[in-house]
Amino acid sequence: MIIPIREKLWRYTLLIGLSVLIFAPVLVGIWVSFLPNTAILNGQYFSAALTLGNYTQALTQTPILRYLFNSFVVAGLVMVGQVIFSALAAYAFVFLPFKGKNVIFYAFIATMMLPFESQLIPNFQTLRWLGFLNHYAALALPFFATAFGTFLLRQAFMQVPMALRESAMVEGIGHGQFLYRAVLPYAKTSLLTLAAYSFLTTWNMYLWPLITSYSDNVRTVQIGLRQLQATEAVNSWGLIMASAILMMIPSLVVLFLSQKAFKSGLIDGAVKS
Amino acid sequence: MIELKQLQKVYDQQQDAVIKEVTVNILPGEFFVMVGPSGSGKSTILRMIAGLEPITGGDLIIAGERMNDLPPKARHLSMVFQNYALYPNMTVSENITFGLKARKVASATQLQRLSDALALVGLTDYAYRYPRELSGGQRQRVALARSIVSGAEIILMDEPLSNLDAQLRESVRYEIKALQRKLGITVVYVTHDQTEAMTMGDRVMILNDGVVQQIGTPMQLYELPANTFVAKFFGTPQMNVLTAVTDWKNQGVAIDTPFDPDAMVGIRPEAARLNPENADDMAIEFWVATATQIGSETLLFGTINGREETLQFKISGHLDVPAEQFITLYIPRNALHYFDLNGNMLAKVGV
Repeated sequence: MIIPIREKLWRYTLLIGLSVLIFAPVLVGIWVSFLPNTAILNGQYFSAALTLGNYTQALTQTPILRYLFNSFVVAGLVMVGQVIFSALAAYAFVFLPFKGKNVIFYAFIATMMLPFESQLIPNFQTLRWLGFLNHYAALALPFFATAFGTFLLRQAFMQVPMALRESAMVEGIGHGQFLYRAVLPYAKTSLLTLAAYSFLTTWNMYLWPLITSYSDNVRTVQIGLRQLQATEAVNSWGLIMASAILMMIPSLVVLFLSQKAFKSGLIDGAVKS
Repeated sequence: MIELKQLQKVYDQQQDAVIKEVTVNILPGEFFVMVGPSGSGKSTILRMIAGLEPITGGDLIIAGERMNDLPPKARHLSMVFQNYALYPNMTVSENITFGLKARKVASATQLQRLSDALALVGLTDYAYRYPRELSGGQRQRVALARSIVSGAEIILMDEPLSNLDAQLRESVRYEIKALQRKLGITVVYVTHDQTEAMTMGDRVMILNDGVVQQIGTPMQLYELPANTFVAKFFGTPQMNVLTAVTDWKNQGVAIDTPFDPDAMVGIRPEAARLNPENADDMAIEFWVATATQIGSETLLFGTINGREETLQFKISGHLDVPAEQFITLYIPRNALHYFDLNGNMLAKVGV
């Protein structure tokens, strides 16, 4: 497509302007994280010398590393759990013939319409009854079953040619083998999408970890960050910003890694005939 | 031996059966072709033999054992699909041995069978390629190798060549046929292509609307078609089938049918000659509408004097027949096929 230079000019001005506007809080955050606390409180945003002090303080004097570790464990558990259970459920919905398959599937999908907040109390009660509160299990278990993940993988599995399944049946290849050796490789891109998505949503979760974890040993980084703000008498904004930046890094890594995978996945699909 | 006894398929009790009482014995080592237009039920029968489609009536007996209710893997056969059904994430050799691995065949045996099969289909150098790196013909050969390696004595093939281009189709056709002979396996082959049926089949079963029209060797089907459907299905161009023969005498075309005059006559296009060969050859006045030269043959389209139907005749040789005029064609009596008004064969004169 050929765009006249004038139009190009104002398009890009608009794009750059808007992205600066959206990115500004992050930029401010990064800048502040390098300033000493006194400078922040005195409003000397540009005159003070930059320092890494906030980062060393965050790493050594707060449990931020523990929080990061907790978040990592929880997000990892949810990611693995979601991928495994969604794949199993999706496989059943696509490849196993059973009565009422469609009805069950739509009921499954309908649960997506229930807001998570409405499930807070029943889930909380169940986990308290199981004695899982303030454990990793409490943070991860309720998210293992996901209608979204099942739906996503079902759509992906439906792309597998029926002849593959039939050929496997004739050759005597069981469901487990077929799922593991044929279906999962076929739906690699969707699996990666689901993995990245579930990791990021779990990493950023706030409400659920807030009410189910109450010790530093299991508390996730989002709650930990809030904790930092509350426990300090005078808010040490530099420290908080530094922690926030540290917390962003894993998300960004996951995002970039998965993006690379998505791209190669897309190209794979394009060349395959 | 595969025995089909009054095999039936009914999808909906309210509606007619899709497959109506098919009975046939497929012999060991036979190349058995099921042919018919799309929707004739040939693939359904194959899938019923494979166990991919439930049988709703009759019996399927393989090697003396009733197979109706056994799952596909218990039937000890293998299948080649139209779209190859290769696993895109596995190499050629992984694709071929996947089934053996699942059945826990010893790995030394696996390797031996793999290399044998690869050599048979001429893909030894491609063992570590992925399906996407192969041409259509090569992919189909991988699918064949996978069937061979399974050790099954029966291989079912569901239009295995229809995704290949015309030239490749011809060469793979011969390869499959040669392989089948060499290995002595039973092949049940489904196609809608009459050429494939004629060139590959030891015996051919022709279906229409779920009903068997005729079972026989390719030559039997060609020489003695049981009805007008079979007669028109085999042979290009199609056989000319004319009704109401009695009228012909008034048009100067005399056919002394040995039957009731209300019959139909079939004439293969290539039966026509420009010069009489026998004294009693039927002579017809033919109005040539167009004459088309196709290489070594000349195709004539037109009508018999005073009649409606468009007929086609094929004269061998490069002929300069002017269009839009009458010529006289001679048809030997023994090349005429007779059918009753329902289209069933009466007899063929001279055979």
